[in-house]
Amino acid sequence: MTASSTDRIEKRIEIDATPARVWRALTDHREFGEWFRVKLESPFVPGRHTRGRITYPGYEHLTMDVLVQKMEVERLFSFHWHPYAVDPKVDYSKETPTLVEFVLRPSGTGTLLVVTESGFDAIPAARRDEAFRMNSGGWVEQIRNIEKHVANA
Amino acid sequence: MAARDSSRVFAALGDPTRLRLLAKLGEGNGSSIASLTAGSKLTRQAITKHLGVLRKAGLIRGRRRGRERLFALQPAALDRARRSLDDISRQWDEALVRLKALAER
Repeated sequence: MTASSTDRIEKRIEIDATPARVWRALTDHREFGEWFRVKLESPFVPGRHTRGRITYPGYEHLTMDVLVQKMEVERLFSFHWHPYAVDPKVDYSKETPTLVEFVLRPSGTGTLLVVTESGFDAIPAARRDEAFRMNSGGWVEQIRNIEKHVANA
Repeated sequence: MAARDSSRVFAALGDPTRLRLLAKLGEGNGSSIASLTAGSKLTRQAITKHLGVLRKAGLIRGRRRGRERLFALQPAALDRARRSLDDISRQWDEALVRLKALAER
């Protein structure tokens, strides 16, 4: 279920339910809140913010704020957010958000859901190819290389 | 939680020049600005600026030796950044298991 490289996290999961059902679980803000553990105040609308209190035990003092990007029915749902915005004293709005994408595909009688969260390295997309060529793959890999190097030293 | 540190670390790492500097610093006990400038197309001033960003993110530390300042990698900061990414990854795993359960109910 896990595949991580460069600056992105990618998850794939087979769900034994129709794309229509999965779409509702993702984009109905109350259903989203149920599995994501957040009490969202308003429905998701492209180009708009949706906010809410996290209900995950131990994180109830935190607010989630997503800016919806795309909603292509039963195919693609994406939003921007600050994944490590966990300190209530800090204003994260000026920092570069990451992009979360949910891609749905029919798979047999069920749905294959691919979730990616990208942008951790905050390199603008236009520069990314070049940067990756130079680094042979983003900073996550680079960190591992440096750590390995240091561990062996 | 070191979330604020992590976001600063992520930002510091989002630059190929700084990644190369880090890799270079990982090779020794400490490097001077002069030695980092040698063999680089960057000016001393540019390298000093990048080192400042890395230092503020806690990724490197500088110490004085005579008239020089030597910079060295702080592996713990890299480790924290990687762990915070691992945390985010794990949180997704858990959330998607709950999503699956909800949709299949």
